[in-house]
Amino acid sequence: MTSTRMEQTLETTLTVNGTPVTRRIPARQHLIDFLREELGLTGSHTGCEHGVCGACTVRVDGKIVRGCLMLAVQADGRRVDTIEGLSDSGEIAELQEAFHRRNALQCGFCTPGMLVAAQDLVANHPGASRERIREHLSGNYCRCTGYQAIVDAIEDVLAARRKRNRQD
Amino acid sequence: MKAPPFAYVRARSLAEVFELLEQHGERAQLLAGGQSLLASLNMRLSAPALLIDISRLRELSGIQARDGKVHIGALTTHAEIERSAEIGRQLPLLAQAVPHIAHSAIRNAGTFGGSIALADPAAEWPACCVALDAQFVLACKAGTRRVAARAFFKGLYATALKPNEVLTQVEIPVPGAGYRSAFLELALRRGDYAIAGLAALAKNTRGVLSDLRLAFLGIGAAPALARGVMAAMEGKRASADAIAAATEALAKDLEPSADLYSSAATKMQLARVLTGRALTALATQQLKTKYLVNPVHSCSSILR
Repeated sequence: MTSTRMEQTLETTLTVNGTPVTRRIPARQHLIDFLREELGLTGSHTGCEHGVCGACTVRVDGKIVRGCLMLAVQADGRRVDTIEGLSDSGEIAELQEAFHRRNALQCGFCTPGMLVAAQDLVANHPGASRERIREHLSGNYCRCTGYQAIVDAIEDVLAARRKRNRQD
Repeated sequence: MKAPPFAYVRARSLAEVFELLEQHGERAQLLAGGQSLLASLNMRLSAPALLIDISRLRELSGIQARDGKVHIGALTTHAEIERSAEIGRQLPLLAQAVPHIAHSAIRNAGTFGGSIALADPAAEWPACCVALDAQFVLACKAGTRRVAARAFFKGLYATALKPNEVLTQVEIPVPGAGYRSAFLELALRRGDYAIAGLAALAKNTRGVLSDLRLAFLGIGAAPALARGVMAAMEGKRASADAIAAATEALAKDLEPSADLYSSAATKMQLARVLTGRALTALATQQLKTKYLVNPVHSCSSILR
């Protein structure tokens, strides 16, 4: 009975950036490769492929995860948001503007993962200190900037939001 | 790299998992949070014929306090433990340890039971469970049995789990009133593997320590209780002299093994440093936050 359900490819349905998608997926395929290669969503990057660098950070059911440490078939029935979705919806517009203004990227490889992780912090920890920002980004490597400008940009967004909230 | 091919089944019940394990034995691998398993598959360090995805078995998830114990389902994520008010109240040692576990994106997916079943020598939960004298519930088709954390960890990635068994739940006795805990870890960067760490717990009666438990991680192949230090400090105040005298026992308690970056002698020195800090913290609860939250920047700062 169960042996008939043991398969190397599985029909999988998930919602990606608000759009339902159904595909037959090899069990061994990571979520990040599925997003990039099957759906052409190449904004999230494939870096180390063992969970260290954070370039593949995406959101599944509202929580940030490593796209390389999740099988695409595990996302069956779940809601996946990538950098493309967060960018198109305007959710991270303020962070993008601050990254630009603070020159918080050079080659840009880490930036999509940085922005997804940063948005998680901005949304859930509005009072985050500089130290808390650094702690939250400890799982996202940047080999260009030395991080200062990235932390500055996120700090700017948090400070601007706190100021607006005080004025409301 | 990419994972090798494997067959996959998303389990609908524990009964189905037991059946599959009986059929496939060691050729099958359980997939819970996947935060270590998928990395090892991607690096081709592991090549199971079948992955049994247990992550949707809701009955294996959740935190409940009853009968003086906290029951933690094996699939409870690190992040759920981090956010749990129950854990913060009843088992502060776990709350102190959780920020050291990797990074937010990994804590959202990785599971309590997965970390324990894998038994990585640098992992936080096994040492915490040894310190807290937890019991592990292991289930198979024939029934369930309980194994004490102190008997469960056998060596490097080796545990008492049999190939047909599943770790379903962890039961942790709640330390009574007057207990204090501290979790210390030294790592090169925040969230990196521990070079050395210590889960510590004791009853503090007006500065006198009793029922002390010191469980080290990252030192040897499995979590190690520093029984000599524990005995030497029993019923004592944590004065500088008492700490120095008790710490002498570490040489017999621990058998550090070198890793890629630290020699056995370095690990022993770090264990001495952590012991002193932990005993001071248990006696005074004046643990400086820098030990809890800051990464270590240089050898000089960790050797003092």
